[in-house]
Amino acid sequence: MVACNCGCDDELTKQLDKIIDPYRGNPGGLIQVLTKAQNLVGYLPKWVQIQIAEGLGVSLQEVFGVITFYAFFSLIPRGRHKISVCAGTACYVKGTKMVLKTLRELLDIKPGQTTPDSRFTLEQVRCIGACGLAPAMIIDGKDVHGRLEPEIIPGVLEQYA
Amino acid sequence: MKSLDELAKIKESRRAALKIREGVPSATEKAHVMMCGGAGCISSKCLEVVDAMKEALSKNGIAEQVQIILTGCMGPCDMGPVAIVYPDATFYRRLKPKDAEAIVEEHIMKGNLVQRLLYRAPGAKEPTPKVTDIDLFAKQKKIVLRNNFYIDPTSIEDYIANDGYAALGKALTQMQPAEIIEEVKKSGLRGRGGAGFSTGMKWGFTAAASGSPKYVVCNGDEGDPGAFMDRSVLEGDPHSVIEGMAICGRAIGAEQGYVYVRAEYPLAIERLDYAIQKARENGLLGKDILGTGFNFDIEIRIGAGAFVCGEETALLTSIEGKRGEPRPRPPFPANAGVWGKPTVLNNVETWANIPEIILKGAAAYAAIGTEKSKGTKVFALAGRINNTGIIEVPMGTTLREIVFEIGGGIPRKKAFKAVQTGGPSGGCIPADYLDTPVDYDSLGALGAIMGSGGMIVLDEDSCMVDIAKFFLDFVVDESCGKCSPCRIGTKRMYEILDNISKGKGKEGDIELLVELATTIKATALCGLGQTAPNPVLSTIRYFRKEYEEHIRDKKCACNVCELEE
Amino acid sequence: MINLTIDNQKVAVEAGTTILEAARKVGVKIPTLCYLKDLNVIGACRICMVEVQGARTFIPSCVAPVAEGMVVRTNTPAVIAARKLVLELILSDHPMECLTCLRNQNCELQDLAKEFGITEVRFDGAKTEYPIDDSSPSIIRDPRKCVLCRRCMSVCTNVQTVQALCAENRGFDTLIAPAFNEKLANMECVNCGQCSLVCPTGAIVERDDTAKVWAALADPKKHVVVQTAPATRVQLGEAVGAEPGSIFTGQMVAGLRRLGFDKVFDTDFTADLTILEEGNELLQRVTTGGTLPMITSCSPGWIKFCEHFYPDLLAHLSTCKSPQQMFGALAKTYYAKKAGIDPADIYCVSIMPCTAKKYECRRPEMNSSGYQDVDVVLTSRELGRMFIQAGLDTTNLPEEEYDEPLGISTGAGEIFGASGGVMEAALRTVYEVVTGQTLENIDFEVCRGLTGVKEATVQVGDLSVKVAITNGLGNARKVLDKIRAGEADYHFIEVMCCPGGCIGGGGSPIPTNTEIRLKRIDATYTEDERMVLRKSHENPAVTALYEEFLEKPLGHKSHELLHTHYTPRGVNK
Repeated sequence: MVACNCGCDDELTKQLDKIIDPYRGNPGGLIQVLTKAQNLVGYLPKWVQIQIAEGLGVSLQEVFGVITFYAFFSLIPRGRHKISVCAGTACYVKGTKMVLKTLRELLDIKPGQTTPDSRFTLEQVRCIGACGLAPAMIIDGKDVHGRLEPEIIPGVLEQYA
Repeated sequence: MKSLDELAKIKESRRAALKIREGVPSATEKAHVMMCGGAGCISSKCLEVVDAMKEALSKNGIAEQVQIILTGCMGPCDMGPVAIVYPDATFYRRLKPKDAEAIVEEHIMKGNLVQRLLYRAPGAKEPTPKVTDIDLFAKQKKIVLRNNFYIDPTSIEDYIANDGYAALGKALTQMQPAEIIEEVKKSGLRGRGGAGFSTGMKWGFTAAASGSPKYVVCNGDEGDPGAFMDRSVLEGDPHSVIEGMAICGRAIGAEQGYVYVRAEYPLAIERLDYAIQKARENGLLGKDILGTGFNFDIEIRIGAGAFVCGEETALLTSIEGKRGEPRPRPPFPANAGVWGKPTVLNNVETWANIPEIILKGAAAYAAIGTEKSKGTKVFALAGRINNTGIIEVPMGTTLREIVFEIGGGIPRKKAFKAVQTGGPSGGCIPADYLDTPVDYDSLGALGAIMGSGGMIVLDEDSCMVDIAKFFLDFVVDESCGKCSPCRIGTKRMYEILDNISKGKGKEGDIELLVELATTIKATALCGLGQTAPNPVLSTIRYFRKEYEEHIRDKKCACNVCELEE
Repeated sequence: MINLTIDNQKVAVEAGTTILEAARKVGVKIPTLCYLKDLNVIGACRICMVEVQGARTFIPSCVAPVAEGMVVRTNTPAVIAARKLVLELILSDHPMECLTCLRNQNCELQDLAKEFGITEVRFDGAKTEYPIDDSSPSIIRDPRKCVLCRRCMSVCTNVQTVQALCAENRGFDTLIAPAFNEKLANMECVNCGQCSLVCPTGAIVERDDTAKVWAALADPKKHVVVQTAPATRVQLGEAVGAEPGSIFTGQMVAGLRRLGFDKVFDTDFTADLTILEEGNELLQRVTTGGTLPMITSCSPGWIKFCEHFYPDLLAHLSTCKSPQQMFGALAKTYYAKKAGIDPADIYCVSIMPCTAKKYECRRPEMNSSGYQDVDVVLTSRELGRMFIQAGLDTTNLPEEEYDEPLGISTGAGEIFGASGGVMEAALRTVYEVVTGQTLENIDFEVCRGLTGVKEATVQVGDLSVKVAITNGLGNARKVLDKIRAGEADYHFIEVMCCPGGCIGGGGSPIPTNTEIRLKRIDATYTEDERMVLRKSHENPAVTALYEEFLEKPLGHKSHELLHTHYTPRGVNK
């Protein structure tokens, strides 16, 4: 492989190729490949998109268009932990605004941003389906924290280094 | 397995092993503890309770005689973690790890119920120990969630024990495809995703469509904020969806199914994926199912975060790996669905109804519900209500029964103001209409919709302008941007609402909102856009005064809106 | 047949017909915005909504097929009101800079606003804000003016298969642009300008270079010469308001003189020259075992396409420069010498139906005269604007003739503007040169028309010459893939970048559609028939050029001035 300065990484490139392999030449697999690629790399930089575009036989334009359509995909690096504050209706009527305010004060970032130490990325999502525990947030896509109140949020964050 | 006989044998042996869950004491086992493993209870740390209980059982040397089963969602999320202890069918709530010892040592070993963990109805002094006696459950009718108290969602044998895959067996060996479709038609089942189209007719169109192969698709892109019914089904009883889809495959002549699930539901994806694997291992998916020569398999497609993908044409486009933008219909998916081929698309809850209809017959199913809305409906109750969680009731149950009897009314003695149904596509129904029976047509007549089943209860502290703005904000965020009325129109509606909520509204704004809403409903490309104005129209219809107060008096009576100056 | 009623008129149309088409059949005009027949049928703008009895919502007539017994009303007050509000919404997200827009008075959105009598926009909310991309020498993109009809994307993706554009983001933030909002100049965009041709508003326009030309004309030190591409004479009429298909050769020449050009020459002359160079190159390749099939190289959009997407096939390209660049090189050498003018003082202007020519003239290799051979390229649209700015009643100008010697041409040069024309011109010459016999019927009908890929075998002496002709890059792709797969046994292939050839180029008057393309093609062949000379090798000025200057086709000087090389560019670089 020729050394380049696009930010790609030899080892990741090989692993990405393995993700692409089952879908090579098959544009229908684009979303699945992107999902796995993001799990691998953490986000979807240009070199990843180009490798996927060429592997699946679609244009970079097509890949980019799909990525920017879906909220799950990110073009920028994210923190080690992703805090998704539920802004579904049940949470909204029970205090999403409070949760966001508390987190913004604690982390000093707005939704969509990442803390300077790359520890947390804060985002707002539409219903995590934990309406019974409203207001709730989900960390790293799996840990649901419900019945949030300003006082307990710092304790929750402490669990994530 | 290769035959119905084998299926029957598994059922028989497993059923015998599960007798204790029907209340029959066992000679070898002291108890089955059904611990709710729904996402709600998991986030209430039910797994820690399970660990504590295992420890207590070992300590007392009875680990071999007690099974702890993590079930699907039992419904009352706000009481979580909850558990049912069989054979007594005792319902415990708000469990903590430290409670494990008491349940093991007092209840299981000595037969003394742990009083402090029992359910007490609002206002009642005495607890109601038995799950079947609890109002909250007694008023419900479980078809879709039939297995959630009973089985381990990760055990295909458990599913089979409760008649699982018997309907598929029947469909494969005793029914012709046309008969299956006829049966579904006769059941009166209507799509549970929101629009309420006849499921049987949909199957019929697809069966009749030319073009092959055909596909069966499950819409698990439950995106309504405030709805988690499908999640509960997928987590608690994934095989019921698989079985429903396979039956449809037989009916329309399809061999491939897709389940499209939101990425936000990792547990549902995990359980479904495991269930598909188990079904394959057991010969209930794949080639030559039950030795009948029928082939059917299912693939999971994970949604990447776009509400509009709940719209059928958008979902199909998304399955193909593209931007989930809806396209005009016709052609309908029945003629041109995934990869342009005839496709049946139903949502999770609809699929979960199918085995019951096929097994017990259309007549039994159609006996439940109202004239035009048959069967049951699962709702996600949330908001300002005592019992939040998942419920399943016969169609035609009134809003009052749901909110005040099953839901336990409004907390902190606040007054009920409205119930919002149908999420961003639905509307707010005020107190005057609490006696409305919940069915497709009655809700539609009130300017709300059944939707997929989200029910958010609002009390006197909820500002209706704020609620309308919340939904419009949602729609603006989720609009795909393809058609101009939705892309620009909802944005303009939001801007007007935002002004009103900030005390910057002006005379004529309400009329302009109505004009925009009416036009967007009539001209937007897809269901998302066409229904997007509903929350605004319905709140204007029933709560116009609140709008006027914001505009004229620059006041938010509920103190929710942050008015400028 | 399906029977339905539209505005109380009974209509019978074939199944599959849309309501819009059915309505047009009975003279009912339904307004549209995103719709572009055969190219973009997506039902996105919602302007063409109609009322269908029994339907829950209004129905988009451009995508909805007719059904038996359907009762359609296209102009009820409710429909009109809905269309008007949708239009008002679109305008609420539009910069409303109509007076200073290149598409002023030639804009479908403006037309609709006028038709619907929009006098006020009641919404003063957010507007789309994305930066203008003026990186390309050919095309300028202003997303603020975009109505998201996606025609540009559709033509770029489906017709040209370049895919330089995609829909990005969603909702109100939706943007049609290259990935990462890359500048057009830095990517695979081939500058064909088909997007600018289909854009209903001013969101994608040609780069306007008229100011440079006005400045040159005002500069007394400059000797300003102009060449007009073959297709321009069947386009300029339209650019100043005449009917499509009008032949405007004499008027255009007269108009150019009135604007003050010192010499009015013709690209047809170098088209004839191209035939001699390219014809000889073909014969050389055939006889010496060179790379075959040989592919024409007149079309700069096509050249860039090949450099990006088929860099492995560049050896198939003829090394001949395009007629425009041959002209530029000769204007500043042969003509300069002949006229006794310092080439530094010559300002060479091209009138082209093409936006890619603006890019071509700036390619670094196009400096064989020692100067930039062609200084500036104007599209037909721009020249039309100059005529109008100058107050010329171009339509009624007495026709005038081109200047000598670079204005002398044949019918063969003329037909370069239509798909198949280069091939036909080549066959006319190659046949006679190889066989020494006079060609009886010089009309190669098989080369003509809009068919995407045309194939023919022509007997030239002992040789069965197998040829293919493609127009539109998507069609070129089909033939190129065959070459790649080793399944193409053609000798010679003509590729024109744009659908229909240059008469449908990206610099053509707007509108340009299939019907109008056909009219321009008809006019092209009419013009060919009117010519006294119709074979390139009979062009006396070309003969003189060889005698006085070049010596012989493919000679040393030819190679220096008339031939070029290509750069493999690849994709996503």
